[in-house]
Amino acid sequence: MIDRVRKSSAGRLTSRLLAAVAAVGMLGMGTAKAEDTFKIGVVTFLSGGAAESFGVPAWHGGKLMIEMLNEGGILPPPYDKKGFGGMTIEAIPVDEAGGATKQVQEFRNLVQREKVDAVVGYVSSGDCLAIPPVADELKAFTILYDCGTPRVFEEGEYAYVFRTAAHAAMDNISLAKYMKSRGVEVGTFAGINQDYAWGQDSWADFVASMSVIMPDATTDTALFPKIFAGQYGTEISALIRDNADVVHSSLWGGDLQAFVLQAGPRGLFERSQVALAAGDHVIPQLGNKMPDGVIIGARGMNGLSAKPKATELTDVLWEAYEKEHDTFPVQAPFRMWQALLGLKTAVEKAMAENGGTKPTAEQLAAAMKGLEWEAPSGTIKMALGNGHQAIQPNAIGTTKWDAETGKMTLVDIEYYAAECVNPPDGVKAVEWIKEGFPGAKCD
Amino acid sequence: MSATRSLPVICAIGFVALIVVGLLLPEWAMFLTTMAFAKGLVALGIVCLMRAGLVSFGQGLYFCIGAYVAGLMANWTGITDIFLLTALGIIASGITGMIFGPLLATYRGIFFAMLTLSLSMILYGFLSKMTALGGTDGLNVAAPTFLGYAPEGRALGLSLYVYTCAIVVIAGGLVRTFFDSERGLIALAIRDNELRVEYLGASVRKEIVFSYVAAGILGGIGGVISGLAIGHVDPETAYWTTSGEFVFVAILSGYLSIPAVFVGSLLLEVVRSFSNLYFPNTWQLSLGIFLLAVILLLPNGLGSLLAWRKRRRETS
Repeated sequence: MIDRVRKSSAGRLTSRLLAAVAAVGMLGMGTAKAEDTFKIGVVTFLSGGAAESFGVPAWHGGKLMIEMLNEGGILPPPYDKKGFGGMTIEAIPVDEAGGATKQVQEFRNLVQREKVDAVVGYVSSGDCLAIPPVADELKAFTILYDCGTPRVFEEGEYAYVFRTAAHAAMDNISLAKYMKSRGVEVGTFAGINQDYAWGQDSWADFVASMSVIMPDATTDTALFPKIFAGQYGTEISALIRDNADVVHSSLWGGDLQAFVLQAGPRGLFERSQVALAAGDHVIPQLGNKMPDGVIIGARGMNGLSAKPKATELTDVLWEAYEKEHDTFPVQAPFRMWQALLGLKTAVEKAMAENGGTKPTAEQLAAAMKGLEWEAPSGTIKMALGNGHQAIQPNAIGTTKWDAETGKMTLVDIEYYAAECVNPPDGVKAVEWIKEGFPGAKCD
Repeated sequence: MSATRSLPVICAIGFVALIVVGLLLPEWAMFLTTMAFAKGLVALGIVCLMRAGLVSFGQGLYFCIGAYVAGLMANWTGITDIFLLTALGIIASGITGMIFGPLLATYRGIFFAMLTLSLSMILYGFLSKMTALGGTDGLNVAAPTFLGYAPEGRALGLSLYVYTCAIVVIAGGLVRTFFDSERGLIALAIRDNELRVEYLGASVRKEIVFSYVAAGILGGIGGVISGLAIGHVDPETAYWTTSGEFVFVAILSGYLSIPAVFVGSLLLEVVRSFSNLYFPNTWQLSLGIFLLAVILLLPNGLGSLLAWRKRRRETS
């Protein structure tokens, strides 16, 4: 049972003392009262198909970080200040299950009934499309932390809505680049993706990227099983018969686990090079049942691929997460962390400008626009969508089981600069890919 | 029939009461009520069918048609007038009802339920594949206007609330009139003994088609209002779980009272909203316990409470 992150009454005295000490340290920002709280609604999947892979790890990571921030001084600078600019963070977790209609209702309840200062949430791209117009209508500062669809800021423009994670185009662009640079022989490639917006978009992005990066490769098999199908016997037969050099998949969660477990014994991983666009998050559950030599992305420099580039910040969070949950953090907590750190940076920037009072939604939006900050997943830049959509570096690696430590590792990791795999501002991702990535800055 | 004569008065009083309550409500509660009433309209359609002993597990079909008519008209033609959109929703769902009604009218029980369900799932599958219409992610809908009046913020919420209440009162009055009419009473007779109704010279088939089309239109109106209030439509509105929720509200309310349908819908929304907030990990469990309790304690639905009181008043 996850309870609200609130100060227990026993700890209140100590927290006041700590807050007082922290307040003394905050020279020039005096007016934010120590007992002020900054209330955020955290919306993510706590039940349903996306809970185990995305929602629950993200909330675990978020809860952990909020506790550390409320304590103050645990994270390295510039995140050593208590809470958000001295204010204690109070988080209200909300389950994202139930569809966009329900989420719009719950969003209104969070803003109008619970009077939260900001909402951080949404994994499902349907929810990410439905929430922004309402957020603008209510003038409620909102961070979309996880969802992938490029449509949010390519089709709309919102004053109070920000997405602190890169959209999904870079996942598949990076995969194609990785094939090229690692010298994977791709004569033919096939795909297995879920039959809904995420799967359809991922496959379209990958096909478009391949036609630019490896124009000789051809494809004739694109399978779209139903989401949450769980049984892939027929699809695996079709993939084996097709015998393509590369099999692309953006499957996630239980679907991906089922696919790997069912395809492994039938030898698909030996016949074809399998590339999983967002596959890192099933490694803790699968362990050594994840075959060696699978190309894996993590939708950013997240999880195992962040470890070789770890900063002090990454290490502190990684160790605390591992200690508390007995497993390493995958992509979901990384995205939650970058959202919360972005929010912290924006709140503190706004407070530095308004003389240290709790910022309004307008001040927060002004501070967040075009912001840059350091996260365990690298430097996050709000570069697209007129300063509302983040770009971030990406990494792709290959799985290798380490029998000595009994842990799955990633080898041959290649890192991609944010500007290398994300379109410039004002250019739609699909068009950018088709035009051959004009203006991409790769080092 | 004094009940029929006083119906307009009751409706007028009900409408004024709803508006007065609405003015006092905070914004979130006003929105919650608007959504509960929009969904209540769909459930009212199921109640129409339930009187004839049929349960449609596919009212999501009409809910979705209404929502997409509102969404696509607003996006393609720029029509945002809620009156016009409601009229278009009625036409679209009415025509669909007339096409499928005669086909479905020959089926009963589980076959009727499954066929209605499959029709709505066909629409779900079709919309999920239509990437031009946003696929599974759906599309956003502009805020509605009211005969040229384009409110924002609280005024928009209030206008939608007033509009929804007006529709609910009008629809409720019309359905009550229908229930008390000869035709509406035949529906109850069909539930009891279909064969006898045929022998008495009434057409069971015609009666069921009529109820089905009426249910479809109510579903369409509910969809239009909900789509405009949410500001987003997606194929989920035609998914069977959405339809199941409407059936649940209909069962929760029973077919004895029309206001009970809207009270039932409101109750479900309130319970869901608060359990979602206070038990983020177990809200489905608390919702399930609530549903189970209602079914065990009130097998004839909330309406039986009202009907029981009325009966007691008449005997004393």
